[in-house]
Amino acid sequence: MSDENKESAKPPMTDEERAAKIKAAEEARAARAAAKQAEAAAAGGDGEEAPPKQPSPNQPKLDRIVQLITEHVNADAVEESFINERDRDLPYVIIKAEHWVTSAQLLRDEPSLHFNYLRNLSGVDQETHIEVVYHLLSLDHVHEVCVKVKTERDAASVPSVTPVWPTANWNEREVFDLLGVDFPGHPDLRRIMMPDDWVGYPLRKDYEPLDPEV
Amino acid sequence: MIRTEELLLNVGPQHPSTHGVFRIIVKLDGEVITEATPVMGYLHRGTEKLAENLTYTQIIPYTDRMDYVAAMTNNYVICNAVETLMGLEIPERAQYLRLIVMELQRIASHMLWWGTYLLDIGAMSPFLFAFRDREMIINMFNELCGARLTYNYMRIGGVKWDAPDGWIDKVRDYVKYMKEKLNQYHDLVTGNEIFLARIKGIGAYDGKTAIEYGLSGANLRGSGVQWDLRKNQPYCIYDRFEFDVPVGKNGDCFDRYNVRMEEIRQSLRILEQAVEQVPEGETMGKVPRVLRVPEGEAYSRIESPRGEIGCYIVSRGKDKPFRLKFRRPSFVNLQILPKLLVGENMTNLITILGGIDIVVGEVDC
Repeated sequence: MSDENKESAKPPMTDEERAAKIKAAEEARAARAAAKQAEAAAAGGDGEEAPPKQPSPNQPKLDRIVQLITEHVNADAVEESFINERDRDLPYVIIKAEHWVTSAQLLRDEPSLHFNYLRNLSGVDQETHIEVVYHLLSLDHVHEVCVKVKTERDAASVPSVTPVWPTANWNEREVFDLLGVDFPGHPDLRRIMMPDDWVGYPLRKDYEPLDPEV
Repeated sequence: MIRTEELLLNVGPQHPSTHGVFRIIVKLDGEVITEATPVMGYLHRGTEKLAENLTYTQIIPYTDRMDYVAAMTNNYVICNAVETLMGLEIPERAQYLRLIVMELQRIASHMLWWGTYLLDIGAMSPFLFAFRDREMIINMFNELCGARLTYNYMRIGGVKWDAPDGWIDKVRDYVKYMKEKLNQYHDLVTGNEIFLARIKGIGAYDGKTAIEYGLSGANLRGSGVQWDLRKNQPYCIYDRFEFDVPVGKNGDCFDRYNVRMEEIRQSLRILEQAVEQVPEGETMGKVPRVLRVPEGEAYSRIESPRGEIGCYIVSRGKDKPFRLKFRRPSFVNLQILPKLLVGENMTNLITILGGIDIVVGEVDC
């Protein structure tokens, strides 16, 4: 029915046939690219950069968050901040681990921010480092922010925010279990999904099972 | 002198009330619970790890198996996340079909909850009523995509199959039928004195606690917090329909019961409007054959029958996700259980656990 099925029904191609096919595809691609370029030139775009983008409507919100953190927590608590245009202009703030808990308290308690709902907590092994990602939401103001805290892969550790948002409890246990991030300040840091005697952290990119049979 | 001794009691992992494999260790003083420790992971399949080696379309059937009584909403959340990241346009007809199946799914899921919850606390016949009426939805889904539970119906960019002739009319008839039946459900159970004695005032918490614990769905709204993603942060085409968000007052099991029952009525209301508007047209948008999601990340969240289900994708521009994380409402909602159980009578364990409405496939993921 589908194209794949038709293709698999055909006898296997010889090497020459395959090479010819690849060549034809490449030529077609080049032709298409040339046509596109010609079209762009006709439209008046002579290779110049597009006009500067409009700043995101969430930019003032992001600036306010960054300003509050630098003022009340520490001047260099914010490592980086940007707007993620691909995700509905969600503001992103990257905060240094040593300032994270005080920043979290500020984000929750400051009346103009009031991020009272921790909607998602995930860990990402970025190969060079590990990130713990917090998606925060304010139910009253209906605004959101994504906070990231980076940590090294060896001896990964991010202070726990369970005292700030109790919902972080099991989520942090899950990140500990699957990615091996320590959360100092967590009331009960144990494995949650894997058995207690499991070796290794399955969601790490270099994870190799101790027993391949499992 | 009479003295009591602390008793350690193991409930599960195979216990009928857990509807899956979930274990809870309770410390009892007489019949009163002094401590409760949930133990999870019996159903952990490593969906997130498996997803890293699968293309986006291949992941969709895995999401069916997370919350297996509400697979349609799970399908939607992964498709929505990828579509957000790629900036895809979804054809109108596909949007409507998606909305209709998601709302039917919500009704089916709440009905399953209603039946089994009452079965857990000792009423046999509601279960039979609920399954009779839920079966009709399952049959409609079966007609649509050839599966009764694990639908694998949605695709990135639309839905796999268009509705067969007359299917929309079936939904229309069903809405009429179900509206009447819902009143019967209330007549049968809601005013029953024994039932009220079992669930009224049990497992209560206030809205502030619910927010702190990150609860969502009926567990949040039962405590009086007006928060429904369909209303507050609309996705799909929910902003085109009129419906109310029911909330409770006392935050006990009875309020959560009422919220779910009222949600069935509101879903029927949405369906009533939706079936009249379904346009003709394509069911799949313009999607490349090989889906390469541009580098970046996105968090998509929707209101599943159990609460906020979310999907966080980190892409590195390949056809497979670099990291995929599911925010599962059952997992997050379950966290409040140990807090609710302390000081309760042992018999209320079942009432409270059932009232949270978990699906273990989703807890363990």
